Amino acid sequence: MLGEGIVKGLAETARNFFGSYVNKERLTTVQFPEERLPQIEATRDFPFLVYDGTDPEPGLRCVACQICEKECPPKCIYIVKSADKKPDATGKAQFYPAQFDIDISVCMSCQICVEVCPFDAIKMDVEFEMSSEDRFGGLLLDKYKLAKSNEYYNKIHPTEAGAVDAALAEERAKAKLAAEAKAKKDAEVAAAKAAAAAAPPPPDATPALAAETPAPAVATASGETK
Amino acid sequence: MFETIDQIFVLIKHWLLGYVPGMAQPLISAILSVVPVVIAFPLLFAITTVLERKGLGRMQNRYGPNRTGWFGILQPMADGIKSLTKEDIVPRTADQLVHFLAPVVMVIASFLVYAVVPLGRNMVIADLNAGVLFFFAIGSMVELSVFMAGWSSHSKYSLLGAMRAIAQMISYEMPLVLASVVVIMAAGSLSTVTIVNMQAGYTGIWPHWYVFTPWGITGFIIFMIAATAESNRCPFDMPEGESEIIAGYFIEYSGFKFALFFLAEYLGMFATSAMAITFFLGGWAAPFSFLTWIPSYVWFFGKLLTIICAFIWVRGTLPRLRMDQLMNFAWKFMLPLSLINIVGAGIWHFMPAGFTRWGVVSLLILLSCVLLSRGLRRNKWFHVRTYRFAS
Amino acid sequence: MTISFLLLAAITIIGTAAAMTLKNLVHCVLALSLGLVGLAALYLQLGAQFVGFTQILVYVGAVAILAAFAIMMTRSADPTASNAAASFRASGALIAVLVFAVLAWATISGTSAQPIFTAAPEGSVGQVGAALMHRFVLPLEVIGLLLTAALIGAGILAMDEHRGTR
Repeated sequence: MLGEGIVKGLAETARNFFGSYVNKERLTTVQFPEERLPQIEATRDFPFLVYDGTDPEPGLRCVACQICEKECPPKCIYIVKSADKKPDATGKAQFYPAQFDIDISVCMSCQICVEVCPFDAIKMDVEFEMSSEDRFGGLLLDKYKLAKSNEYYNKIHPTEAGAVDAALAEERAKAKLAAEAKAKKDAEVAAAKAAAAAAPPPPDATPALAAETPAPAVATASGETK
Repeated sequence: MFETIDQIFVLIKHWLLGYVPGMAQPLISAILSVVPVVIAFPLLFAITTVLERKGLGRMQNRYGPNRTGWFGILQPMADGIKSLTKEDIVPRTADQLVHFLAPVVMVIASFLVYAVVPLGRNMVIADLNAGVLFFFAIGSMVELSVFMAGWSSHSKYSLLGAMRAIAQMISYEMPLVLASVVVIMAAGSLSTVTIVNMQAGYTGIWPHWYVFTPWGITGFIIFMIAATAESNRCPFDMPEGESEIIAGYFIEYSGFKFALFFLAEYLGMFATSAMAITFFLGGWAAPFSFLTWIPSYVWFFGKLLTIICAFIWVRGTLPRLRMDQLMNFAWKFMLPLSLINIVGAGIWHFMPAGFTRWGVVSLLILLSCVLLSRGLRRNKWFHVRTYRFAS
Repeated sequence: MTISFLLLAAITIIGTAAAMTLKNLVHCVLALSLGLVGLAALYLQLGAQFVGFTQILVYVGAVAILAAFAIMMTRSADPTASNAAASFRASGALIAVLVFAVLAWATISGTSAQPIFTAAPEGSVGQVGAALMHRFVLPLEVIGLLLTAALIGAGILAMDEHRGTR
């Protein structure tokens, strides 16, 4: 008979209709601003800058190498490199971005800046409620708005941040070991020299810190810019 | 007391007319009759949009709009403000005048139809002698405006949508008219007021609605299916098939003109529903004789809302039909069935009252319905169509 | 000769005149339907509700739509480049004059040449129906037969010739 399926379908929608009033489990929608779904760890939208420690001013990992600025496909990153060096979170003197702006309205969330950064200084954020009434100023984020702590990074992407932290710690330890070895060698050389000269000068503390420089890339990059 | 409440609008009108000088009375009387209708039905449209969106949401296990006002009842206001403030874009290649006239003609035609709808006892704008004919005549003007809209936009999509809409409307107008012929036969009049008055009696507590006869229920079902197709609603919303021609004939309209099309579509749906109520469900008559103390207009709008809810329910359930299925259904099932229904009504008319005529007419209609539906099945009109591609 | 009659007559004449003179075919159809609506309104003004509404239903709802449909199906995107009317001007004028002469002769020599001021009969729909079913039942049936034949013919024309492949 014609219309059997229609009746079945009508019964099904009626069940849905009344069921959704009785059984809250049926409703799959989440009332957004009040209720939120748990964040998925792989979520990412726009880049932010990671800083170590508590204060973003010295703690930024970024050394203004400008690789991300060059690689950014839509050219939404603008960096002004500092003229002087300041000690970073680990106490080493580094260049720092005097200005670091990302235009979120231009950014296409491609994550290339994150992939090219040799210092793990730029990462992807999960913040998405960024609407602004100011179309140009409100979406142009400066260094202070971009800077977020490593703890925050650990909170939003725990697995990834843990791996980054471990790698950084290992690198730093290696660098430290190398530096110590170098210092020891220097000290030995110095001692030998001192023994030879019988008037040894005391070993300086600064070479040890300088030797902590993890990669030679920075040296060449800074050399080029100078 | 009940009489006063029932006739309250009529009494108010007469009271207001008493203050008008005699010469202006016909004009003022017409205005006083028309204005409430012109206000009431757009309001009903607003209510229906909320009902529809919330109802459909619930059928799909969603909440539906629930932010504006209490439980989202101010949503139509927000929609109205939105469509009023939107930019009105007219395509450069469009036929400017026809493009402008199409929504106007459509809304005018949609409102004109209400002239013959009896909203309550003694509540009808014009008791025309040929009221039913007026309804169908004005309804056919909607097709012209659809054509105007589709053609003047100068877009392939809107032209395709208009062609689909017109083909569908013409095809379904046939069963729509033929389904109402049985009522005209039974009532012996083309006047909507007479048709309702014929149904307003009671046997015991049961009403004399035409839907409680075998030809009446068949006619009602055919009428409702055809009305769904006439008002371009799901599952007959091929003309605005979003997946292939985006919005059909009003794709090139924006802002308030788009809202006018939307309004006209819903007004058309209300009008055909109101006619279905008038023809088959006793108009403003109460369903039981002991409920006649409830005012007639309450019954009318209650029935209208029920039918609207049924429309929403069907929309939430059925998928869209294909064009060939649509046409086959109209010409090979609905049309023969409505013709047989007319024969059934004739037999009913000439047989003595009793169970025999019930049996005979029901058997006739049921048998033909079964045979027709089997014919549809056997010829695989409703089966999956296989496509042959050029290799 | 009331104001409403003059108004409706003006609408009818303007509509039909525009239907003949406009360049764009679709505009012609729309103007023609305006003229037909005007004519229907004239019928209504005379109290012939049935005829008036049937006029709208058949001519505006069906004939105009059919014409529009034909234009939509057959015409290319630009229906303005049509100047076929110019070549038939003389013969058209001749036909128009002949038709007018015949109609005028029929009107003048007909029985209702003298104005009859009787009130419009009440329940005219019923009377029309009774007349169709009693006095004019044979013409009605003949017309019905003709239309049925036309319908079947149209169906056969539109029928799928390769029924086997379906």
